[in-house]
Amino acid sequence: MSGKTGWVARGRVLLAEAGGPWGKRGGGESGGGGSGGDGGGGPRNPWNLPPGGGGGGGKPRGPRGPSALEELLRRLRDQFGGGGGDGGLPWPMIRIGGAIVIGVWILLTSFHAVGPQERAVVTTFGAYSRTMGSGIGLTLPYPIESVSKLNVAEIRTIDIPASANTQNFILTGDQNIIDLDYSVRWSIADPELFQFQLTDPQETIREVAESSMRAAVSRVDLIGAIGAKRGQIEADVEQRMRAILAGYRSGVRIEGIAIKRADPPAEVIDAFKDVTAAQQEAQSMINQANTYSQQVTQRAMGEAQSFDKVYEQYRLAPGVTRRRMYYETMEQVLGKLDKTIVETPGVVPYLPLPAAARKAPEPPAAAATQGAPR
Amino acid sequence: MIERLLRNPAGLAFLALAVVILIGSTVSFVPETRQGVVVRFGQPVRIINAYKPGENFGATGAGVIVRIPFAEKIQWLDKRVQSIDMDEQEVLSTDQLRLQVDAFARYRIVDPLKMYKTARTEERLGDALRPLLGSSLRNELGKEPFAALLSPERGKVMANIKEGLNREARQYGAEVIDVRIKRADLPKGATLESAFERMRTRRQQEAGTKRAEGWKTAQVIRATADAEAAKIYAAAFGKDPQFYDFYRAMQSYKTTFGVDGTKQTGSTNLILSPNNDYLREFRGGQ
Repeated sequence: MSGKTGWVARGRVLLAEAGGPWGKRGGGESGGGGSGGDGGGGPRNPWNLPPGGGGGGGKPRGPRGPSALEELLRRLRDQFGGGGGDGGLPWPMIRIGGAIVIGVWILLTSFHAVGPQERAVVTTFGAYSRTMGSGIGLTLPYPIESVSKLNVAEIRTIDIPASANTQNFILTGDQNIIDLDYSVRWSIADPELFQFQLTDPQETIREVAESSMRAAVSRVDLIGAIGAKRGQIEADVEQRMRAILAGYRSGVRIEGIAIKRADPPAEVIDAFKDVTAAQQEAQSMINQANTYSQQVTQRAMGEAQSFDKVYEQYRLAPGVTRRRMYYETMEQVLGKLDKTIVETPGVVPYLPLPAAARKAPEPPAAAATQGAPR
Repeated sequence: MIERLLRNPAGLAFLALAVVILIGSTVSFVPETRQGVVVRFGQPVRIINAYKPGENFGATGAGVIVRIPFAEKIQWLDKRVQSIDMDEQEVLSTDQLRLQVDAFARYRIVDPLKMYKTARTEERLGDALRPLLGSSLRNELGKEPFAALLSPERGKVMANIKEGLNREARQYGAEVIDVRIKRADLPKGATLESAFERMRTRRQQEAGTKRAEGWKTAQVIRATADAEAAKIYAAAFGKDPQFYDFYRAMQSYKTTFGVDGTKQTGSTNLILSPNNDYLREFRGGQ
């Protein structure tokens, strides 16, 4: 009977001690019936430090540990029969040491430096309590309140595909395939939602991005996806992602989508390059034709104008001008040639000419013969 | 006896340990991200921190809870939005084209009790929903022609799949928030190759067309230039065809006999008859 009450009493003492540090230091210590309670007040002061600490009575581990240990040590000391003087020396040191460790622990887990770009989400026994802005934030020590800091200013990037070397085939609206490389920039808009709403935010954003990109690309055709409509795709994906993530209440803000590369697949890229080459070729053909066109028309205009000039003068004195031009031309032409004048017809075969073919120049002369006198 | 136990350091340590275990199994902390079913001797008795739509963090059931030690156990369930990732499925469209489809679904456990009774753990819920997602995806997409899978109509298909999957998920106390196709690709091998071939020939056609168009345009430009030149010549020379004939002949002589600076090949010997008009005066004015 007495044993049982003793158990209960012992338990009560321990419980009182467990709660003790948080509230008023009770009489349990003295009830334990030992010496050495004298030094208790001083080193235990830190327990009273945290503001509003009285509420956290149910904490299982932290405060009771040293207390039980203390009890144990005291028993040990009692057992091995050291006098008050012997044990008096190490005992306060252990107490002071323990108090310092606990004090440092409280200091470290109560004060939180929150950077200007950070928000700190505070939970009390797991339940969301508040979000602290930048500055020094004060919380209850660790197991009671825990803090997780999130950088809300940082813009994070997800690359799809993850490595630049893999191809990421996407079907376009006209059932062609393009190889698309893009990145999603996002940041945390709402720390609480971000913290508590999604199992794996990073993976969620990636999947939503992939899905949205495919939906957006399937609305445009191949040529648009490669070139002109990239901006439109980016805007479309951004809008889709915002809608989906808002539907999840994810606390994520999509900052932007950037298409880094939109190419035809490597398997068909040669055919695409050939189109470009063909375009260049066609253009160069046109350029050459334009050159020819310029030459021909300019030349025609030049000749026509020079004829006009001469003709104007010719009209003023047709006969004289004509004769003058004839003689001038003949001078120039005949001056540079070997000339043979033959009186008698039929002598041609006997001339010391290299070949009979050399007769060929005669017809122009004959033409001149007939043309001039007119 | 108790006195002795208390004096014994080992006994004291044992006592302390017992108290720790007792408190540890009585008090639990519920984080915001989890909900739990309290099970007493295998019988679910109450739900802690159950999901309610639109609730605010801090006002939920999270925090400290107390339960009967040893008798009650807590089966924890995730409260957040979770995903089911499906293995790639090959879907056959109504026009007999194959498509490799990879989809995901997002869900949340909204009825922890039902979820506990039917699936018990999250893994088993995932295992139950995954094949459902796969089969409903195949069924719905299989009703559509290939082109529709790429069109905006896909949204309607997705809504159907979501609805179908949600019906099933409700039986497990889960709610499907979203179903989306992550990838829809042509299967590797013959299908993909033929798609590439189609793209290639399409480009070849384009390249050929471009070249032909360039050639055509060039021809037209040349012909136009020729016509323009002819028009200019005609306009100028047509004023006096006879003089043009003479004028052009003079130019032609100069060119032919190489006196206008152009290089002519071969030397020229000229045999003139005294009857030549140029030598008319040789004959002494006959």
